[in-house]
Amino acid sequence: MIPAKEEMYAALEERHGAEIQKRFAAASVAVCGLGGLGSNVAIHLARAGIGRLHLIDFDTVDITNLNRQQYFPDQLGEYKSQALKDTLQRLAPYCDITSQTVRLDEENIPKLLEPYDVIAECFDNAEQKAMLVNSVLELFPRKYLVAASGMAGLGSANDIVTRKLGRNFWICGDGSSDVADGMGLISARVAVCAAHQANMILRITAGIYEP
Amino acid sequence: MIKVNGEQYAFDGKTVAELLDELGYKRERVAVELDLDIVPKSEYDTTILAEGCSVEVVSFVGGG
Repeated sequence: MIPAKEEMYAALEERHGAEIQKRFAAASVAVCGLGGLGSNVAIHLARAGIGRLHLIDFDTVDITNLNRQQYFPDQLGEYKSQALKDTLQRLAPYCDITSQTVRLDEENIPKLLEPYDVIAECFDNAEQKAMLVNSVLELFPRKYLVAASGMAGLGSANDIVTRKLGRNFWICGDGSSDVADGMGLISARVAVCAAHQANMILRITAGIYEP
Repeated sequence: MIKVNGEQYAFDGKTVAELLDELGYKRERVAVELDLDIVPKSEYDTTILAEGCSVEVVSFVGGG
């Protein structure tokens, strides 16, 4: 038996304040890529009571994802979009969560991302990150875009920062630790970066735009 | 002079594409903002950098 919607909302209001919670509940966020970044970003946003979440990834859960991504061994082989949606619905049963198994590209981005206020760029491939960021900034200059770059390896967590670029664009990470340089992706540091992204999204939602 | 990621360069009169080449950036991994507006990739070759402008080049690395 889970608590009623009103009871869960009252608990969020008690923790976050009524005014902030109203803003969180009115927000919609598309999480693009559901790996180490996206799965963590989505969990933070769902727990905070963001009203509407859309989860996008084309891939399935692999055993090599379990070191840092928010999936369970019994979800191996499932689409990440569905597996994460199942987890989020347990965490936040009254959040409006939708998901899609698709590879975002320049053709489908205009239609698929149009409905959301905030876009979280959570891809792992550098070229794909650049493609998504360029597309969103060109097509939707009024949307808020929070991207990430540089979180591989065991470097200091203190090197990961949030920077604001342009009008509606923020980027989190150390800006340089490239997975292509042979550094692995390790849960804690990836999660620090994801938490930066989620925190910035919550700040934006609350009307705070400084990084 | 113009500003690129906060540093001064004598790139005025050059195009965005020339700036990226000279500083060794890979086009397919960057996003470029000119005075806070995104420069569409299709306009890198034709966008001329004016004296005093400010450019931010974001170069993405892999991992996520």
